[in-house]
Amino acid sequence: MNEVISGTVAPAPVMRGPNDYKSDVKPVWCPGCGDFGVVNALAKAMAKMALEPKDVAVVSGIGCSSRIPAYMASYGFHGVHGRALAAGTGLKIARPDLTVIVTGGDGDGYSIGGNHFLHACRRNVDMTYIVMDNRVYGMTKGQPSPTTEPDWDSKLSPDGTGLREFQPLVIALTSGANFIARGFTGDPNGLAAIIEQAVRHPGFSFVEVLSPCVTFRPEQKEWKKLVKPDAFRATPDLPRAARRMLRDTGFDLGVLYAGERSPYAPRGPRANRAPSDLEARFEL
Amino acid sequence: MQQAHGPGAGQTARSVSVVLAGSGGAGVMTAGNMLLEAAAHAGYYALMTRSSGPQIRGGEAAAMLRIACHPVECMEDRFQVLAAVDWENVQRFHAEIPLDENSLVIGDPDQGDPPEVFLRSGATRVALPLKQLAKSVPEGRANMVLLGALAALIGLPDDAVARAVERTLGKRPAALAPSLAAVAAGRTAAAGIEARFALAAPPPKGGPRWLLTGNEAAGYGAIKGGVRFVAAYPITPATELLEWMSPALAQVGGTLVQAEDELASINMAIGGSYGGVPSLTATSGPGLSLMIEALGLAVAAEIPVVVVDVMRVGPSTGIPTKSEQGDLNIAIYGLHGDAPHLVLAANSVADCLGTAQWAVQLAEAVQAPAIVLSDQFLGQARAVVERPAELAQGGVRLTAPAGTPGYKRYAVTDDGVSPMAIPGTAGLAYTADGLEHAERGTPSSQAADHFAQLDKRRRKLTDRDYGDRWADVEGDAAADCAVITFGSCTGPVREGLARAATEGVTARLISLRLLAPLPGRQLLAALDGVQRVLVIEQNQSAQLYKYLRAECDLPGRVTSLHRPGALQFSPGEIHRHLVEWSRA
Repeated sequence: MNEVISGTVAPAPVMRGPNDYKSDVKPVWCPGCGDFGVVNALAKAMAKMALEPKDVAVVSGIGCSSRIPAYMASYGFHGVHGRALAAGTGLKIARPDLTVIVTGGDGDGYSIGGNHFLHACRRNVDMTYIVMDNRVYGMTKGQPSPTTEPDWDSKLSPDGTGLREFQPLVIALTSGANFIARGFTGDPNGLAAIIEQAVRHPGFSFVEVLSPCVTFRPEQKEWKKLVKPDAFRATPDLPRAARRMLRDTGFDLGVLYAGERSPYAPRGPRANRAPSDLEARFEL
Repeated sequence: MQQAHGPGAGQTARSVSVVLAGSGGAGVMTAGNMLLEAAAHAGYYALMTRSSGPQIRGGEAAAMLRIACHPVECMEDRFQVLAAVDWENVQRFHAEIPLDENSLVIGDPDQGDPPEVFLRSGATRVALPLKQLAKSVPEGRANMVLLGALAALIGLPDDAVARAVERTLGKRPAALAPSLAAVAAGRTAAAGIEARFALAAPPPKGGPRWLLTGNEAAGYGAIKGGVRFVAAYPITPATELLEWMSPALAQVGGTLVQAEDELASINMAIGGSYGGVPSLTATSGPGLSLMIEALGLAVAAEIPVVVVDVMRVGPSTGIPTKSEQGDLNIAIYGLHGDAPHLVLAANSVADCLGTAQWAVQLAEAVQAPAIVLSDQFLGQARAVVERPAELAQGGVRLTAPAGTPGYKRYAVTDDGVSPMAIPGTAGLAYTADGLEHAERGTPSSQAADHFAQLDKRRRKLTDRDYGDRWADVEGDAAADCAVITFGSCTGPVREGLARAATEGVTARLISLRLLAPLPGRQLLAALDGVQRVLVIEQNQSAQLYKYLRAECDLPGRVTSLHRPGALQFSPGEIHRHLVEWSRA
């Protein structure tokens, strides 16, 4: 080990702690926001996996939780509202060597970005999607999102929307996501373990994170009493996972489904020819 | 041979235009493509456009060809021949098939009379029993008989036609012998037709020629420019560009992914480019509208990306299969905020290659989005062209090396371009952000940061030397008048000007390739000494005219010739307008 053949010493692997995965940018979040727990859990998971920050890209859309890329020490992409999965998909397909983690909130992911959520599940690109679900639009100061209860009163929708809630895990399951889990920001260690599994799992991994909004949904502080850690038992069996969802309380935590579908890969013959070889198609 | 026919004996044409029409399944497109290729093998230049009914499959179709001794970039004013396998609904295309008293309308008498609308022109009706002739050959088909007859009337040699038929049927050898026999039958039958045209001998070839569509040319140009990632959502008339690129990219180590919508395709392309891979998407007006928000992100986050807009008749679904230049305004002004970006326009089928390539180079060099305006005519027309000249290499993205001390992604530099850190580069991690930001990339709502970042994003575009490619500047440099146009209007304008010149009406011609940022200094230099300017474009609201007047103090009296799409300008229409304009 001490013999130097080439004349240079290979650099020792850098040991990084969770804080090495966080940037020096101060979050805009309210004190007590659940999203701090996601930064901590994400950093912890990245440290556990000893990822190189340079090889990780955290991608997001718009909303409180979508501010997360700037708070990490890895590469970040803070794009337009609702399109984080599209940007992440393009990045991962163009740069398969990177670890791509897409982040955002319930409005960004399930409302304006709902179509991309369905197709990201179907496409099964090898990346992780973390949704911080607080059942409210926080950045615009308190409007109902797709996961908000139908009778939740707000200025924009007095007496509630009257609409039934979006079911992220069920939709992910029926749309083809290859890994589906639910975590809670009040349990950073459990969440870090889930995120680590999600990143390691091939294909599209979806982690729904219950992340209380203490400002517009102060009643969510009670979530810590409602959550059921390790309530899900991971299964690769789709019907079994579907049956399990029939008795989901909405606060059941853990890995629901860890499927075995092959991740997205370009199909058809591939080569590395010079562009000028294509000219034969035009020649007479 | 042809000189032996009819009153035109001894006279030859330098350009012949023919239409092959018929109902779905009659094979007129196949025959049209073979005729186009045969013309190419015979040494001619040619251009083919196609029209079809609204049916998804089948339905009436028309292949419109112009074959000439010189390069062709537009259709002629009139067709010399309209030939139909049958007449079912062919009258639908009458506005696209102008005929006159010198034209021939060739039809099978067993298929009924040609529609009255075609005969009103005074064209001569010619009966050719296509089906009967086809039956005289085992497995013979009427479209091949028609191909043989038209080839004979135009004067294309046997071997050129045979080569085209062989290349097309290469994978179906059983169809080859009957097809060639049917072509021969058509050729023999045409000997009885009194032809009023025949092409002069083609000029000697100066170099290799290509047969391609504008969409294919744009796809290849993009790859030559360095594009290796494409996100695609189908839309007429851009789909073929994406379909061409899919296997082509796979051959050169690139990737195409089909997106769920245009919002996804543009954001995927931006994501890919953020990862350091030059990226593109292609669409048409409705898709461009959906992409506009994300283009604002590409401006703010300084991520190069190219969008090819193959324009069609709008607004809304409009006429998806027809051409119009109505997207100039959205391409230039559509983005929210102050969002400097590039807008380029290809002005011929062949130029789709160079302009797409240049767009990629420029977008990469200035780290901004580029919109390339093509249109249905350029994109879907198939043409025989000179092999396009090579563009100089260039336009490499300025990247930051690992460990750059004090790295700031959005550093305010002299030329406005800041080195970009590509994910995977050690020590330079930053967040690309649509939020206004400080030089480091961290979000900022400070006015000073906004001013500085806005200014650098403008300067990197406006302070750049774009060289000579900003426009094709041609015509009579001594003339005191000038025509400014862009895109697919350039072909008919060029030809209209050439005709007007034979009457002593000359002008300078400026076909703009770089529309934004408008190279005002070069444009005014090209207009130096001009007393009158005419702006020609194909849209209802004179979008180019108004843009130029807003951006530039054009000299002299400036007028506009504009009309909406569906039908292209003809050279004759331009010619007549130029003569009137010269007298006004």
